[in-house]
Amino acid sequence: MVEALVGLFSYSFLVRAVIVGVLVSLCAALLGVSLVLKRYSMIGDGLSHVGFGALSVALALNLAPLAVSVPVVVLAAFLLLRLSESSKIKGDAAIALIASSSLAVGVVVTSLTTGMNADVNGYLFGSILAMSDEDVALSVALSVVVLILFCFFYNKIFAITFDEAFARATGTNVGVYNMLIALLTALTIVVGMRVMGAMLISSLIIFPALTAMRICRSFRGVVILAAVVSVFCFFWGMVVSFAFSTPAGASIVLVNLGTFLVFALVGFCLKRREA
Amino acid sequence: MALISCQNLTMRYENQIAVDHVTFEIQPGDYLCIVGENGSGKSTLLKGLLGLLPPASGTITYGDGLKRTMIGYLPQQTVVQKDFPASVWEVVLSGCLNRRGLRPFYSPAERQRAWKNVERMDIAGLVKSCYRDLSGGQQQRVLLARALCATEKLLLLDEPVTGLDPVATSELYGTIRKLNQEGVTIVMVSHDINCSVHNAGKILHMGTGMQFFGTAEDYCHSPLGQRFLGGEHHG
Repeated sequence: MVEALVGLFSYSFLVRAVIVGVLVSLCAALLGVSLVLKRYSMIGDGLSHVGFGALSVALALNLAPLAVSVPVVVLAAFLLLRLSESSKIKGDAAIALIASSSLAVGVVVTSLTTGMNADVNGYLFGSILAMSDEDVALSVALSVVVLILFCFFYNKIFAITFDEAFARATGTNVGVYNMLIALLTALTIVVGMRVMGAMLISSLIIFPALTAMRICRSFRGVVILAAVVSVFCFFWGMVVSFAFSTPAGASIVLVNLGTFLVFALVGFCLKRREA
Repeated sequence: MALISCQNLTMRYENQIAVDHVTFEIQPGDYLCIVGENGSGKSTLLKGLLGLLPPASGTITYGDGLKRTMIGYLPQQTVVQKDFPASVWEVVLSGCLNRRGLRPFYSPAERQRAWKNVERMDIAGLVKSCYRDLSGGQQQRVLLARALCATEKLLLLDEPVTGLDPVATSELYGTIRKLNQEGVTIVMVSHDINCSVHNAGKILHMGTGMQFFGTAEDYCHSPLGQRFLGGEHHG
């Protein structure tokens, strides 16, 4: 085990992936609590598909991947939020529509230009080789911004997650904070996609929140535990991936699943004992 | 001076006129029940009073030093809240949100205020409990404590007894009456006309337009009141 850890940190590309990954898991877990409770889990999934479409187009046009996908995904986040709020087409259906369309655009653009190669595979399922030094710097900066804004607006985020009507009635500009959450989610997804892959990034948002909710009984507890669980699962997922040569993204999701099942069992037992 | 006065207020809800030329005043210390059938514009009117929906025409003016953000609101429970992991304390404290502006964290004064209202609602023993584990009646007390953190003067309640058992219902009515006697103005939207007439000092009967506005006693003797009270026998 110690060997695996030492081995893990002897590769600089792995260290880069771990740094970015830990920060992204932290952001995703914090935002995830609010998104899951507000029943917006699907937005994360939809945005990651949009992210894939944007990345493929950027790749085909030889543009910087992050510079293209950040604005596109942020735009999509605002759009999805609008769709979920006003509901001519129901929110979940609209998200599915946008998600699969973006995926289709991505696939068609790629097959017309480079063909389905290793790069595209990396975008879909994650690649720890994908991070350049520039990417790391940008990712760290974005994650820090997300963390600071989340801490600063923590109480407001709690209020609008728990009860939008009350928050609005007492003069909180709910629309602005919903947009803020959507913006932060979009940034987190774009950054995290490189390591986790477009298909798997939404698990970073949803799993830790659900896991923490099995046993925590306060919002603060859920937020803190989700953050801890998320970083823990990311790290051990990386170790597993390194030790067994499995893809990083998928390994992390499986560790998350395992942790969720353990917490669900513990939560179930606690409830039984009370009753 | 009136706390809230509505002049010729007309409001639309999804392109239909839901509230039609309504004029009334709420005086400090009033206990007003807004009654009426489904779709009679009760909830739309309440949203107007809270400033959640702008009037199509007419005016809503706040007087007596009341600010729009200083209204305590008890909304109907949402699906989201049913399994929400939050402690009672976190929920009550969030009522102080409107006092803070952009300051990120709660001050000791706000914590004291929240604690005072926790004691006032008799839920001090529950502050560490999880909101979703409470009974319906306890949840409403928690939300009342939160609303009281936001206001000194005026509580707006939207169908507060929906889904409560008879004992919890009468307890909640008792609590609301006590608050009113302590000087808090109460405006309640309710389905239950019999209970409203029993508890409230004034009745506003909506049917898109204003069908009746006056004291509960007058309402009982009005033809409209007799029709609605006579037609329902579960008071």
